[in-house]
Amino acid sequence: MNSGTPILEVPVAEGARDQHMILNMGPQHPAMHGVLRLVVEIDGEIVVRLYPEIGYLHTGIEKTCEAKFYHQVVPLTDRLDYLSPMANNLCYCLAVEKLLGLEIPAKAQWLRVLLAELTRLNSHLIWLGTHAMDIGALTVFLYCFREREEILRIFEGLSGQRMMTSYIRIGGLAMEPPLDFFDRVQGFIRTFPEKIDEYSNLLTGNPIFRNRLKGVGILSAADAIALGVTGPNMRGSGVDFDLRRDMPYSGYEKFQFKVPIATEGDCWARYLIRLVEMRESVGMIQQALDGMPEGPIKADAPKIVLPDREKMKTQMEALIHHFKIVTEGFAVPAGEVYQGIESPRGQMGYYIVSDGTAKPYRVHFRNPSFATLQALETMLKGRMIADVIAVVGSIDIVLGEIDR
Amino acid sequence: MTDPMMAETKTLIGKAAVLEGLHEHPAIKAILAWDPAALTDAKFDRDELTLTIAADKIRAAAASVQAAGYNFFEDVTAVDWFPSSPRFQLSYHILSHIYKERIRLRVMVDGDTPAIESITSVWPAANFYEREVFDLFGIRFEGHPNLRRILMPDEWQGHPLRKDYPVEGYR
Repeated sequence: MNSGTPILEVPVAEGARDQHMILNMGPQHPAMHGVLRLVVEIDGEIVVRLYPEIGYLHTGIEKTCEAKFYHQVVPLTDRLDYLSPMANNLCYCLAVEKLLGLEIPAKAQWLRVLLAELTRLNSHLIWLGTHAMDIGALTVFLYCFREREEILRIFEGLSGQRMMTSYIRIGGLAMEPPLDFFDRVQGFIRTFPEKIDEYSNLLTGNPIFRNRLKGVGILSAADAIALGVTGPNMRGSGVDFDLRRDMPYSGYEKFQFKVPIATEGDCWARYLIRLVEMRESVGMIQQALDGMPEGPIKADAPKIVLPDREKMKTQMEALIHHFKIVTEGFAVPAGEVYQGIESPRGQMGYYIVSDGTAKPYRVHFRNPSFATLQALETMLKGRMIADVIAVVGSIDIVLGEIDR
Repeated sequence: MTDPMMAETKTLIGKAAVLEGLHEHPAIKAILAWDPAALTDAKFDRDELTLTIAADKIRAAAASVQAAGYNFFEDVTAVDWFPSSPRFQLSYHILSHIYKERIRLRVMVDGDTPAIESITSVWPAANFYEREVFDLFGIRFEGHPNLRRILMPDEWQGHPLRKDYPVEGYR
C-alpha cells in the first residue's frame, strides 16, 4: 500500500529517536477486525502516536454505482457494511425514495423497522463476540454466534441469502415474507433477553473483562463531536443524540424506546450501552410484531417497483413494466438528497445526486466507522499497547464500509 | 423546540426566494450577519436546505454556522460536473443536535488547479473526508495537516471519481 514512502507522515519525534519504536499492527492481525493497519509509535509499552492506514479493501463502489441503474445499486450497498446489510439497503432506498417523492405503504415501513432492528442485533452480536474474544473470553464468541445463526436463518428464509440480503428495495420490499416469518421472529425475541442476561453474566461481573475495559480508551463528549464519532460510541461519551428518536425516518416515530447514555466515555461505557441497545431493539421488534399493519409491501408505482412474479406472468402491462425497468431503469428527477439513518455503528448517510437520467450521477456513502477511526489516536495516546486491542474492539468498526 | 423549517414542505429555488421564505432560519441568519456577500445562492428542496458559499470563504462560513448551533460535521464530498464550468461541487453536510436538522453548504471550485481552504481547523472530523476528496477527485485542501492519499495507493496516477476517468480503469 505504502511502499517507498515513510510510514508516519512526520518522522519519529526528535530527541526521543533512540527510545521510540514503530510497531505495525495489521493488516493481517487477528484482532484488527478486517484489513486495518495501525502504525503505532511506542515508547516502551506506551503509545505515543497512532496512525490508521486504510484502503486495503477499496473496490471503488462509489464509482461503480455511477454506471448502474438505481435498482442495481442495492446489492452493492450490501457489500459496504457486510454485518448489517439491511441498514445499508434501508438508507439507500430511503434516499432514492426521497429523490422520487415516493410514498411507502405502512406495512413495508413497519417491516423495515423490524428488519433494521434485527440487523442491529445481528451486528451487535458479532461486535460482542469478537470484542470479548479479543479480551480473552472465548466462550461468549460461541454463544453470540449461536444466536446470530438464528437471525441469519430468518434472513435466509426472507430473502434467500444469509448475509447479502438485498431485501429492502426502492419502493418497498423485495417480496412478501414467508408464512413462518413472524412466528420465527417472535420465537427468537421471546428467548433472546435471557441470552443477553447470559452474556452479561459471563462478562459484566468478570474481573478480567472489567479491568481491561474500565477507564480505557476515554473519549470526551467534545472530542466525540469534533472528530465525527457517532452512534453508541458517541452516546457512551455522553452526547444524547439518536437519529431514530431525534430525526425519525421510516416510521420510527411510532415506536417507544429509550436511548441509553453513559458519560464515562470509556470502553466499559460503550459495552454497557450496546447491551442496553440490544434489549431496546428486542422491545422495538416486539412492538413491530404487535402493531404490524395489513396491506401491500410495495408502493403503487409500476414504473419504478418491479412487479410480482405472478402478475408478470399473467398481465401484459406488468410484463412490459418489468422489461422496461430491467433493461432501461427508470428516470429519477434531477436533484440531490442526503439521507441519514442510525445504523448499528452510528450515523450512516447516503448522498445521491441525480441528473435526471436512469443512473445516479454521484453516490457517496458517509459511513460511521470511517469517522470513528479518526478518534482512535485520541483514545489511545499515553495508554499501553495492550489497550489498542481493547479499544479497537470496543469502537466496533467494519472495514468494508471504511474502504468501500 | 421551535421548528426552523416552519413546518410546511415546499421548494424554494434561488437566493431571493429562500431568504424570503426562510428568513428565520438560524443558519441563514448567522451567515447573513457574518457576511451577506458570501452567500451566493440558496435552495430549499426535498426538505433540505442548500446554501452556496463563495469558494474563498468556506472556512469562515463553516465557523459561523458552527457558532449558530450547527455543531456536528457529518460529511464532505465532491461532485464532478465535467465538462461544465466551474467543474467541481463540494457538498458539506452539517448537522445540528439542537435544531435536529442538517444543512448543506455547497461550494463550486474551478477545474484547472482545484483547491479550497480546509475546514479541519473548525472540525477536525473533516480530516479523513478531505483526504478522501483529495485522493479521489484531486482537489487540494489548503491548510490540511496531512493531505495524502487515503484509499488509493500513494503512487497511484489519476483521480478515480473524476468523470473523465473510465469506470473500468485504464488498462
